[in-house]
Amino acid sequence: MASNASANVVRTGAGSRYVIYAILTLFCLYYLLPLYVMAVNSLKPLSEIQAGGMMALPSQWTIAPWQSAWSTAQIGVDATGLRPYFLNSILMVVPAVAISTVLGALNGYVLTKWRFRGDTIVFGLLLFGCFIPFQMVLIPMARMLGLMGIAGTVPGLIFVHLVYGIGFSTLYFRNYYQQFPTELVRAAMIDGAGFFMIFRRIMLPSSGPIAVVCIIWQFTNIWNDFLFGASFSDFDSQPMTVALNNLVQSSTGVKEYNVHFAGAIMAALPTLLVYIVAGRYFVRGLMAGSVKG
Amino acid sequence: MSMTVRSRSGNDWLRDALPRIVLSPSLVIVLVFVYGFILFTFYLSFTDSRILPSYGLVGWQNYSRLFSVRAWGIAVDNLLIFGSLYIVISCVLGLALAILLDQKIRAEGFIRTIYLYPMALSFIVTGTAWKWFLDPGIGLQAVVRSWGWESFTFEWIKDSDMAIYTIVIAAVWQTSGFVMAMFLAGLRGIDNEVLKAAQIDGASNWALYRRIVIPQLRPAFMSAFVVLAHMAIKSYDLIIALTGGGPGTATELPATFMYSYTFTRNQMGIGAASATIMLMSIAAIMVPYIWSELREKR
Amino acid sequence: MGFLDINNATKSYGSVKVLHETDISVEEGEFLVLVGPSGCGKSTLLNMIAGLEEVTSGDISIKGRSMNGVRPADRNIAMVFQSYALYPNMNVAKNIAFGLEMHGVAKDERDKAVAEVADLLQMRHLLDRKPSQLSGGQRQRVAMGRALVRNPDVFLFDEPLSNLDAKLRVDMRTEIKKLHQKLGTTIVYVTHDQIEALTLSTRIAVMFGGHVQQLGTPKEIYDNPANIFVAGFMGSPSMNLFPAKVQVENGAAAARIDLADGATVSLPFAPGNTMSGYDTQEIILGIRPEAITDEDGADRKSQAIHRIETRVEVTEPAGSDIFVVSHLGGKEVTGRFRADVDVSPGDVFPFAVNMDKAVAFDPKTEMRIG
Repeated sequence: MASNASANVVRTGAGSRYVIYAILTLFCLYYLLPLYVMAVNSLKPLSEIQAGGMMALPSQWTIAPWQSAWSTAQIGVDATGLRPYFLNSILMVVPAVAISTVLGALNGYVLTKWRFRGDTIVFGLLLFGCFIPFQMVLIPMARMLGLMGIAGTVPGLIFVHLVYGIGFSTLYFRNYYQQFPTELVRAAMIDGAGFFMIFRRIMLPSSGPIAVVCIIWQFTNIWNDFLFGASFSDFDSQPMTVALNNLVQSSTGVKEYNVHFAGAIMAALPTLLVYIVAGRYFVRGLMAGSVKG
Repeated sequence: MSMTVRSRSGNDWLRDALPRIVLSPSLVIVLVFVYGFILFTFYLSFTDSRILPSYGLVGWQNYSRLFSVRAWGIAVDNLLIFGSLYIVISCVLGLALAILLDQKIRAEGFIRTIYLYPMALSFIVTGTAWKWFLDPGIGLQAVVRSWGWESFTFEWIKDSDMAIYTIVIAAVWQTSGFVMAMFLAGLRGIDNEVLKAAQIDGASNWALYRRIVIPQLRPAFMSAFVVLAHMAIKSYDLIIALTGGGPGTATELPATFMYSYTFTRNQMGIGAASATIMLMSIAAIMVPYIWSELREKR
Repeated sequence: MGFLDINNATKSYGSVKVLHETDISVEEGEFLVLVGPSGCGKSTLLNMIAGLEEVTSGDISIKGRSMNGVRPADRNIAMVFQSYALYPNMNVAKNIAFGLEMHGVAKDERDKAVAEVADLLQMRHLLDRKPSQLSGGQRQRVAMGRALVRNPDVFLFDEPLSNLDAKLRVDMRTEIKKLHQKLGTTIVYVTHDQIEALTLSTRIAVMFGGHVQQLGTPKEIYDNPANIFVAGFMGSPSMNLFPAKVQVENGAAAARIDLADGATVSLPFAPGNTMSGYDTQEIILGIRPEAITDEDGADRKSQAIHRIETRVEVTEPAGSDIFVVSHLGGKEVTGRFRADVDVSPGDVFPFAVNMDKAVAFDPKTEMRIG
């Protein structure tokens, strides 16, 4: 974000500044409200919530809901807690992000520095693939995964996320490499470097910022995905989001709101952590995904 | 001699083709798994597929049945209500917050971080949080009543007529911060000298924004519209987590309709037809946008 | 056959021909400058010599070996880019050594070569720095070092000075010229700056619209421009070009010029001119500002100084000279007066025109006729 661009020259009086600060603070509360609700209610006994104390701080602090959500809560048929599904998500996210980022970098490199007739069409095709409603591919993909023998498995999910992640990672690297001076590539060509040598010695060392953006974007997207997880996983390969939904929607027994909130925070923590640590890159990724170029 | 010549030219060919060879796996993947699959689903929408794909052609029958199903009508109506409110409120709120945040605010970075974090969350998490917060039994209604306002009622999520608006509330909460960031970037891109010139011309702050600043934010509006519209059409997770499409079918959207018709009601042909219509509507928005973006870059 | 031969080379993008049939033969040790406005095809031609762009038709050869289809790396050329194109992630020493490394030169030899070049360009103290820590002039030097270390057959320069400020540009210009004289290398140099072209080159190719307009030594180009474009492009302030009519009396040709007040004046061409065959024809007369002076400043060796009295419109003192603007033949005309001449706007002042230096063009073909 252009936060260091020259500041606004519009001047406002002291009175209106108080109003502005008040409004901005109010909206801070609005955006924080659900997080607050999740946090406080995940740390109190169920009875306090049922008694209408959702907004209050816990009168009796407890981490029991967290323990329950993590290792003993009923998900589907088994009382395993969210732990195995958390691991599924990790196992799914890491390879899918790594492979799609590497492919995106190579694609971006080819599309900007080794241009050929029709390269813009190729990029357009890749790009449109990012935005299609995935309902359009659910039916054939289910059959394809079956044919490939990876239906209902974590590798199957990795494959699906990889396929539909390439477009965005290519978009990021292409837009970034477009700004990268082509004269450097030409100089390296004259110096005798080949395709992969230029990529490794000239492009990659300058690709840190965009790699971070791309990794964060892919990580957030794939971790937060629900549709593919719900469509293509079995009970033992479900990702975190699907398991959380099962936990919350399960109609058996008493609704353990505090456990639901603890589970929701668990599902949110990895992406939230990434956002807090690398928010600048996260925002840049969001913007690049919408305001192209 | 002739051998060496041939191997040299073979090498040359390989070196010339290398970039395209590197790009080809991605291209093949996209051609098969995006465009091939689109064609396959499109084809299925003209077949008598039920629980499994079947290849008996039935013409436009799936489409005519789709448009006669009440649930689809509800889903489309809901999308229109949800989509327009979601886009308008997100844009208005995002623009207002961006303008306010652009007044040399102390702790701007901190406030921005708070406004934007919902975008990092899964819709399933968001849906869960709002589901229980809006639940009359334990959420807002119960809280206000426990504070002493015994007659306070807020039961939208249980009300067939109002439940769709709870989706708007949660969706706006999730993405308005992001829209704010887009507008803020747009505001920061405006030439300060133009603003100074307008001030010297005697423009009030209000006139400055209405006449000079906001008209220059056209590209940001375009981007926001495209992003929000395509998110609205694709909305699935949030409905599943927040209302499950209910009460009854009151909050079904095309995305949930397609899923349930295809995978739980075993009407794959109709599901494929609904997916095709979703694709068409997204294409109508995205194709011109991508086209113009790519053409400018040439 | 020369050292670097461009034979009938063309370049097209689709149906757009950006470089028309071009023939240039460069001898070993020559300093050829390609000069012209942007879009004239000069950079395209340079990139074709480098192998960064394919030749559409024709042929480019170096040392008698055709370069068609030969990769840039295998042409034994080096190039200095406008942006210097220094690898941002490598320090200066690695930048210079990269080409040698890619060509499989051993580490100790590379180090030796880098040290030699660093001494030659007096930048030993910069070797450990990253490009971002260098000034514009230092980057320029590193870029030259990177080219020099390869000891190539041909050096290619693509507007290497255009990113420097005015003072540094002049210094680096001198330095490049010195380097060329010392090393005797073959150089092809692209610029849009005609002063750079005149000062650096042994030969100049003036380009416009994808054609070489004129190829010749700096003196030939300056004194005998082949057409109106070359006449107007080379030299600063540019050559005065204004309409006139040829008038032949008693076998002696003169140019009749309309003055601002409606009167006309006749300027006889210098002895030995070829203009008598153009009686009564319209021409464009070209006279450089330094050939229109105050009377005392006129060239004493010239036999063809003629006097015109005309009104001064603007004076532009430039320190060593005053540029004086007036109107001849309906066109603005600039003369170059000595700095101490007392002349002010509104004066009717005697101008001395040196017709030895006058050239004439056909207004239709724009080609030189005398």
